[in-house]
Amino acid sequence: MSALLSIEGLGIGFGGIRAVNDVSFSVRPGEILSVIGPNGAGKTTLFNMISGVYRPDAGRVVLDGEDVTAIEPHLLARRGLSRTFQNLQIFQSMTVLDNAVAGYHLRESGSVLADLFSLPASRRRAREAREGARALLARVGLERAAEREAGNLSYGALKRLEIARALALNPKVLLLDEPAAGCNAVETEEIDHLIAEVAKSGVAILLVEHDMKMVMRISNHIVVLDHGEKIAEGDPATVSQNPAVIAAYLGTEEAAHADG
Amino acid sequence: MSELLQFLFSGVTVGAVYALVALGFTIIYNASDVVNFAQGEFVMLGGMITFAAHAAGLPLPLAAISAIVLTAALGVGMNKLAIEPARGAPVVSLIIITIGASIFIQGAAQIIFGKQIHSYPAFSGDTPIGVAGATILPQSLWVIGGAVAVFIALWLFFTRTLLGRAVLATSNNRLAAQLVGINTNFVMTLSFALSAGIGALAGVLATPITLTAYNVGIAFALKGFAGAMLGGMGNPKGALVGGFAIGLIEALTAGYLSSTYKDAAAFVVILAVLFFMPQGLFGRKSTDRV
Repeated sequence: MSALLSIEGLGIGFGGIRAVNDVSFSVRPGEILSVIGPNGAGKTTLFNMISGVYRPDAGRVVLDGEDVTAIEPHLLARRGLSRTFQNLQIFQSMTVLDNAVAGYHLRESGSVLADLFSLPASRRRAREAREGARALLARVGLERAAEREAGNLSYGALKRLEIARALALNPKVLLLDEPAAGCNAVETEEIDHLIAEVAKSGVAILLVEHDMKMVMRISNHIVVLDHGEKIAEGDPATVSQNPAVIAAYLGTEEAAHADG
Repeated sequence: MSELLQFLFSGVTVGAVYALVALGFTIIYNASDVVNFAQGEFVMLGGMITFAAHAAGLPLPLAAISAIVLTAALGVGMNKLAIEPARGAPVVSLIIITIGASIFIQGAAQIIFGKQIHSYPAFSGDTPIGVAGATILPQSLWVIGGAVAVFIALWLFFTRTLLGRAVLATSNNRLAAQLVGINTNFVMTLSFALSAGIGALAGVLATPITLTAYNVGIAFALKGFAGAMLGGMGNPKGALVGGFAIGLIEALTAGYLSSTYKDAAAFVVILAVLFFMPQGLFGRKSTDRV
């Protein structure tokens, strides 16, 4: 199957520092690709460029055959690219259900007048969005929290809520920025299953995650970044044996000696 | 008794104008957390443009509609030229920009329309309607009806329509709103258009009673702001109740104390709200996650 999302030579600099330089890879439908690397390697910056939050100064992002480099986040969402954030972006003062319903924004296309007069069509659409949102909440294990204000949820629950909202967009590509950060072992495993299940339904998943066990367990393909450059890529077994990767994570032997 | 009723009538009339101004504040605040202090200028422009168009020979209804449309366009222009270029600036800077815009609009109005006080005929004549010993002007009913109608329309818009909920989502978290596909720039443009249009409507309806001049805007803005604060910033129901409450407090102060203290009433209310219930009557308690 051909690539759904291709990153071609993507790069960005901030005041003379190349935060990300000439990174290329591609993701196919149903594939889970993880981007790993030490802190500050440029993973989140890469995500921000792919999702239109930052404008890259080199390279292209190709989604489903179309160049979508640096187009605005709301337009990317319409083309089927959806993401979550390392530091959550939740509608804090709305209910959990309303957060998930917001994800249905794109699928609805009623006119303002039809909504104002509450025509049957617009009532039906609203009901469908609520039902769909409830089903998604059940899928991420939040159905019982539906009526609570999102701001009162635990961190792990908010992580899952953000995934539910992203799924409501019915994305072709889903970018997950540290979905398991701050979650306990049980929650991490739940998120694991959720991601694998979503991938199975044909969504291409791009994952940034620090939990190496999780990455090795669920990824089909791993891209390793260090100082903004891609230093290795391959399946989990290959990457974990790669000397350059080990050096990036543990320091080179000379460095280790120097420190010791 | 009939004296009290008379004060209540005048309080409700002027309160309806404040309620419309407060609703205007609410819309822009909801979309952007910005308190738009040029809101009062929209009221002034509504009256002024209607006067000018009417004086130029346009029938009154047409003059009124053109005033609302032109003012709404001006609101969009203000967003594009003054607010949007400063996107990303702290909210306080944006609020100061709106004060600048207010001064600019006032100055331009002084040059274009002059310093005189203007007015035009009431919509349904000037014969007061007698109710239980007190009287109310037909134009007052227009103003009150206008405020209630706008409130209902806005309430339906925010609770029922997708676009209305998109505005609320944008105010809650702009980035998250973009992620679910909401065009937040359009939401801002729409908010300014609506807000300016509603302000202009207030001016159009009130001018036959209150008269208008280039410098009436700031008083409307401050009193509408007091109403919005009292009701709870960002809440349309609060804006409506708060606006009417300020009008009534003002009329009763003028009636029973002295009209010298009339304008002070609104400011006493602002202070009382800030001291004793910063979230207002209907406002949400704000909780920030650290």
